[in-house]
Amino acid sequence: MTAAVRKPPRRSFADWARANLFATRGDTVVSLVLLALIAWGVWAALDWAVLKATWTGEGREACAAGGACWAVVTARWRQVVAGFYPEGHLWRVALAMAFLAVAVSPVVIRKGWSFALAPLGVVAAWAVLGGANLLPRVPTEYWGGVFLNVLIGITGSVFALPLGIALALGRRSNLPVVKWLSVGFIELVRGVPLITLLFMASVVLPLFTPAGLSFDKLVRALIVITLFEAAYMAEAVRGGLQAIPPGQREAARALGLNPWMTTRLIVLPQALRISIPAIVNTFIGLFKDTTLVYVIALLDVTGVMRQALADFAWQGSEAEAYVFVALVFWIACFAMSRWAAALEKRGAAPRPVQEHA
Amino acid sequence: MSAPIVEVSGLNKWFGDAHVLRGLDLTIKEGERVVVLGPSGSGKSTLIRCVNGLEPFQEGAIRVAGADLKGPRAEAETAKRKTGMVFQSFNLFPHLSVLDNCTLAPIQVRKVPRRQAEAEAMTLLERVRIAEHARKYPAQLSGGQQQRAAIARALAMQPQIMLFDEPTSALDPEMVGEVLEVMVELAKAGMTMVVVTHEMGFARQVADRVVFMDEGEIVEAAAPEEFFTNPREARTREFLSKIL
Repeated sequence: MTAAVRKPPRRSFADWARANLFATRGDTVVSLVLLALIAWGVWAALDWAVLKATWTGEGREACAAGGACWAVVTARWRQVVAGFYPEGHLWRVALAMAFLAVAVSPVVIRKGWSFALAPLGVVAAWAVLGGANLLPRVPTEYWGGVFLNVLIGITGSVFALPLGIALALGRRSNLPVVKWLSVGFIELVRGVPLITLLFMASVVLPLFTPAGLSFDKLVRALIVITLFEAAYMAEAVRGGLQAIPPGQREAARALGLNPWMTTRLIVLPQALRISIPAIVNTFIGLFKDTTLVYVIALLDVTGVMRQALADFAWQGSEAEAYVFVALVFWIACFAMSRWAAALEKRGAAPRPVQEHA
Repeated sequence: MSAPIVEVSGLNKWFGDAHVLRGLDLTIKEGERVVVLGPSGSGKSTLIRCVNGLEPFQEGAIRVAGADLKGPRAEAETAKRKTGMVFQSFNLFPHLSVLDNCTLAPIQVRKVPRRQAEAEAMTLLERVRIAEHARKYPAQLSGGQQQRAAIARALAMQPQIMLFDEPTSALDPEMVGEVLEVMVELAKAGMTMVVVTHEMGFARQVADRVVFMDEGEIVEAAAPEEFFTNPREARTREFLSKIL
């Protein structure tokens, strides 16, 4: 005798609400109060940010409607996007963005060869922006706005990830010199605030380098940011490495794989998949740290808005300026987090579909 | 029965201060099936892990097919390549399909072209009767199927001797049979095997010789008939009285 196979019973929204929101009299009161608060909050935000907002204008006086004064953003739109990059050369910023898109494409393509695209895309972006002796030179002092954040964020990520993997492997190495160099570097860098390292790179380092040799200050900052994030990346990857059972290495060794093959083919593919949330967390941290370039007097999107606020015409527009900056970063970071979730889902080892055959 | 394929002499091993293998001598001839029995902690797993080169040892010598495990690097590598290992917890690579598990080492180490490696692997997977699961991932298989895949993976490196480290201990009872069946067939085909196990039935049916270990020593080694019906040593009798 076998029981009939049935679909699980469906639950309607009304059932759900009754069970979760209005189960008791107390629940009902709390739910209604909270729903009212949420509705009021959403309405107030919408009213300020959209309905009563002023979108264009030449100064604070244009915003008499009482809502948000987005004119502070739109009036300097070009600087918000591209800083002080010269007017006739903005196509180079667009082209650089395209190259950066190519640089991050390996996460979409996911084939071995595609990882070579990452450094190539980044170098191409820098060449187009800087001129590389083919185009008129645009010194980095003129770079800025959102594109500077994106440029530093992607460049830093592309180099911090492999460096971090190398450091994580070094930290677990059996070779004492490699191990202690890795541990020393990671602990040293993690123990100092990034802003301190950036100041050191921009102020202290030039005192020690020979007069003829001087790096561009943006390049110096970028190297510091990359090394800094690599130390955090190393710890993110190490978490994944530690989660791989020793049996995996043993099985690989019993099959005759040498240590390098074992690391490359068995350990890293599994460890990196486990580390995806921690790695993306580091990417997000890196992207937000790009605002710190203000210490080397470069104007990223935050800097551009701060400069706008310093203008007498825009006095009192702090809320709009910082809400806008927050929105820019939030959109970018939320996109990264969604992308990570998709990557995890796609990469997850398949689970048993049904009972075993 | 011909030339010795594994020669263990004067093997001593310590984990820290613990003396886990105490002067072992063991010779295994080509085509011989040896079952190693003993209480847990007696050093049986450590012994075959030493033979496979997974564990370093401090004193003594192990030669596999004439190659010294402690010899120059190339010789040691040759010695390791002669042995295949099956683990208690399968240790399949979870990020690779069953087929890729079986072709990875042949392609990377033996430098076999992929097409040929896949053909060889499919033959082995048919032999262990999981060819229809070749494209699945380990997590999609039952324990018994995973262990059979692990046997096929070890065989893909064409070892001259197969080492089994408690291959059925991690399995649900109803899956033990299918794995043992594959091992019996392997034995019938003439493979040299060293099996650490608690499956007395398998020992009786397949072994040419049963080796009983206790506290890092070989207490007794005899043909299964004699071992189970007429054990010489008191320690052996005590062990058998507990498990039979």
